[in-house]
Amino acid sequence: MKLTSRHLLGLEDMSWEDIGLILDTAESFKEVLERPIKKVPALRGLTVANLFFEPSTRTRFSFELAEKRLSADTVSFSTASSSVKKGETLMDTVKNIEAMKIDQVVIRHSAPGAPHYLAANIDASVINAGDGAHEHPTQALLDLFTLREKYGRLDGLRIVIVGDIAHSRVARSDIWGLRTMGASVAVCAPRTLLPLDVSQMGVEVFIDLDKALEGADVINVLRLQRERQSQGLLPSAREYHRCYGVTLERLAGAKKTLTIMHPGPINRGLEITPEVADGPHSVILDQVLNGVAVRMAVLFLLSGGEAGIQ
Amino acid sequence: MSQILDAKDIQRAIARIAHEIIEHNRGAADVVVVGIRARGDYLAARIAGVIESIEQVSIPVGVIDITLYRDDLQVVLEQPVVHKTEIPFDIEGKAVILVDDVLNTGRTIRAALDQLMDFGRPRSVQLAVLVDRGHRELPIRADYVGKNVPTARGQRVVVRVGEVDGSDEVVVEKEPRRRRT
Repeated sequence: MKLTSRHLLGLEDMSWEDIGLILDTAESFKEVLERPIKKVPALRGLTVANLFFEPSTRTRFSFELAEKRLSADTVSFSTASSSVKKGETLMDTVKNIEAMKIDQVVIRHSAPGAPHYLAANIDASVINAGDGAHEHPTQALLDLFTLREKYGRLDGLRIVIVGDIAHSRVARSDIWGLRTMGASVAVCAPRTLLPLDVSQMGVEVFIDLDKALEGADVINVLRLQRERQSQGLLPSAREYHRCYGVTLERLAGAKKTLTIMHPGPINRGLEITPEVADGPHSVILDQVLNGVAVRMAVLFLLSGGEAGIQ
Repeated sequence: MSQILDAKDIQRAIARIAHEIIEHNRGAADVVVVGIRARGDYLAARIAGVIESIEQVSIPVGVIDITLYRDDLQVVLEQPVVHKTEIPFDIEGKAVILVDDVLNTGRTIRAALDQLMDFGRPRSVQLAVLVDRGHRELPIRADYVGKNVPTARGQRVVVRVGEVDGSDEVVVEKEPRRRRT
């Protein structure tokens, strides 16, 4: 079995089969994470570079952990302490890193399409760890994995994504991935935080969260960036909380078993209250663990034999 | 294609291996059985079943998937499908009987041993195989062998088990024209 692409750039064009293969493989890696020694030699001898041109704690941590548990050698860099500060272009940075014989590159960049640009120009496999407001495929894959693990299936599930849809790469990847796997997706946000092309995304659109939650199996609560207020997109954080905050009172009208997801980091008391985030139906910490398993699966599947060897 | 073991032969071989394991370990007190996917797991369960009926003890059975420990992951064209390893018991201080269907180069066993050691420190590891076909590339030998079958490199030994293949038999066939995976 093999993925049809040697890069993971996004879920928009990924097939049902490829997503299924990644999720199946991730199940085996989750088992590895439950062993006394959580490390396997599958990527021994390969080198992975983590290029984080944008700050990230958990995604970077998760990737580094996944790489180490597969026995890959890793080099990591973040913009704060690198030559990017000295004015080097993306292409130059990467050409330099490639000259050091790297097999896989994990990249996060504020410019949408940066991973695609790399993939077209270097030999290494490229994994998109978030590009601007475009895609964050491994986050969406871990969301799919978490839901499939809980429900045993994805088709027929109804998922509501609430929050800043317009600026969210997680929402975009989630929508594409979930729809490919047969789930139905609704988004809910104030109009200022909905993307202009939302009607073409194949999702139901709600302004009223209570209506959106009717019949929903899952709610995925997005982080609200506080700077949206200073951009004039929101009147105030308090008003956002009142209209879109996920609270126990608001969930009174939803299914009792509604699953709570959040990609993190959480603004407690803003988009979600602690009682909900830490409640019995929250899978937020499962998402974190599953993230490592899913990233291991992606790294492993993309490491496959070079086509040159016959 | 020629059949070298039929269902009866396999049954007898497994019964003999089970007896040898009990004899060698003077009972089955600390014995656990771990089969290597994708045929060794079924043989492991059968061997454990025979030991249980003779010794009247319960024998833990585990399954090992060696994909992530293979030494040719970067060489093969297609990434093999990874399955789960399931060893839901402690192997520390136990006599682990590792079971595979065919012993050939020994590389699978090397990978299984490496993985086993990640689960704990067994008192001993013993190897049981249904067929030993030769062509070793590593210093590995089996403690219990169902049948020694001298083969040519171009041949392939196929073990079929009722649980997945519908019937029990071992056949030797000509390798189809493709690279080994």
